[in-house]
Amino acid sequence: MRALPWIGLAALALAPLAGLGSYPLHLLILCLLWGFVYTGWALMGRLGMVSIGHGAFLGIGAYVVVMGWNHFGLSPWLGTLIALALTALVALLVGLPCFRLKIVGHYFALVTLALAEVARMIIVALRDQTGGSLGATPTTALADTSWSLAALQFSSKLVWFYIILAVWLAGLWIWTRVDRSMARLALEAISQEEDAAASIGIGVTRLKLGVTLISALMTCVGGVLYAQYQLYVNPETVSGVGVSLQMVFGAIAGGMFVRLGPTVGAVFTLLLAEVLRLALGHGIHGLDTTIYGLLLVLFIIFMPKGILGAAAQAWESRPRREPIAS
Amino acid sequence: MQIFDLFLLEAAVNGVLLGGILALLALGLNLIFGVIDVVWICYAELIMIGMYAVYYLHAMFGWPLWLAFPAGVALVAVLGAALHHFVIRPVLSAEPINQLLVTGGVLFLLQGVATLAFGVEFKNLGVQLPPLHLGALYLSSARLIAFAVALGGMVAMYLFLKRTYLGTAIRAISQDRAVMPLMGVDPRRIFLTTSALGGALAGLAACLLVLQYDIHPAIGLSFGPVAFLVCVLGGLGNMIGGFAAAFIFAEFISIGGFFLDLDWGYVIAFLFFIAVMFFRPRGLFGGKV
Repeated sequence: MRALPWIGLAALALAPLAGLGSYPLHLLILCLLWGFVYTGWALMGRLGMVSIGHGAFLGIGAYVVVMGWNHFGLSPWLGTLIALALTALVALLVGLPCFRLKIVGHYFALVTLALAEVARMIIVALRDQTGGSLGATPTTALADTSWSLAALQFSSKLVWFYIILAVWLAGLWIWTRVDRSMARLALEAISQEEDAAASIGIGVTRLKLGVTLISALMTCVGGVLYAQYQLYVNPETVSGVGVSLQMVFGAIAGGMFVRLGPTVGAVFTLLLAEVLRLALGHGIHGLDTTIYGLLLVLFIIFMPKGILGAAAQAWESRPRREPIAS
Repeated sequence: MQIFDLFLLEAAVNGVLLGGILALLALGLNLIFGVIDVVWICYAELIMIGMYAVYYLHAMFGWPLWLAFPAGVALVAVLGAALHHFVIRPVLSAEPINQLLVTGGVLFLLQGVATLAFGVEFKNLGVQLPPLHLGALYLSSARLIAFAVALGGMVAMYLFLKRTYLGTAIRAISQDRAVMPLMGVDPRRIFLTTSALGGALAGLAACLLVLQYDIHPAIGLSFGPVAFLVCVLGGLGNMIGGFAAAFIFAEFISIGGFFLDLDWGYVIAFLFFIAVMFFRPRGLFGGKV
């Protein structure tokens, strides 16, 4: 049983070498990428901090890197560092007052929603630099070469697969580290009863800020990778309320209380969109969104722990054969 | 008067007019939050459906506006009640945040349904109202009407809550959800009525907005977030606070938009919102924590 995850991982890592087509590989990459981002979101979400503002961090990651490269010739590696610093600053600026003033629940969700919208509107308002709602494409460095490490551009999907696989694994590792730390127990106590937790000496603000920072930085990295892999950014797809809600729902659908839950959520939502698109073609607009929305409603009403959470629960409570008493 | 001052005045007046609509949106959300303790993230999408309803009844089926408007209001009121009955009620005892998220699912559902049924093209009601001259000012009469009707709707709602038995019961429930059932108030009936009322207010907003804007399935996203922020700014559930906050917020958008441009007006208003949250986390009028 213990070997099972490793076998699974090996199969995943070797799958592209066994002749996986370009399109399935693309889907696999997107699943891992969004799985990583949703995992980052769920780090906060499962501790009662439901943010509808993570689109801001995704947008910072994507746009700082692409704008730095296009306008200043700044290497995406440096751009990533700047984006991470900016993300940390924004997360602190919003998080610190929120947590000190005990903005929780609905208020926290709506304040973070404002953050996501601010990011989207700034990107749109700076249309002379960012291209506004039309989006932007990073200047290609692949004119006469197939890859450029300095520009973080690779024409091979295989390279991207291994980069994003590594990042996704790092995300799971971060999740495990947080999960096993004392901080998680303290944070769970906070999410149950903040004042009681504070009264037994838990540093509420510091712990919440810590996990918020980790979550925001992971999302920012996701934004960088998304921009560099897709070679296209658009304010609607990397910032604003839409993508922020998408993160929330992906994590919830998969199950935000188990490690692989957010990834399962990413696989589920992506496959759902693709299957609907293949089954119905491009002709029928809106059916995928309709079914997506309907499923979300059903999930939250009937399966609030998500797919993997519900499956894990069923597995735990499966009927077992009683050991024969001697 | 100098031309600059004149435009500034026009921006300020337009801000007031925009504030009227925002106040109407905030009133519906605050009513529902105050009574049921739920934020309808899909509130603006209900309005979008109402706008389509009015458009189809008037432009396609040839209903006169005086008939299409009440029909639109009634339809959205029924939608509001249905939303409560089928979606909110099953999660009333779940985590509070689930109630917010489940309406987020409805947001996608309504957007998808609208795209399926009506397509992604922009639709226009085709009713043009002449602009109004007021001294040297040019004002959109659609906006003036919207402002007046929004104020009228709010006054009617105020009288309903203050003067009628049902309104009193609604206010009582919003003050103490636990005790009122003991006093013989049936919370289920009150919740359903409140949801229908909230829907009716959304329908009224739809009638006013359809006169000013083109309709498309994603239009909710262009004023939904603003409406939530106005509510939070005034203190969630605080109707008077929401009313005042709507005008403050609208002036930020309008005057900020005048000095820079409209996009930046919104950015400034949103940043103002975040800044206020740091000093008064329960809203401008919500008292200290």
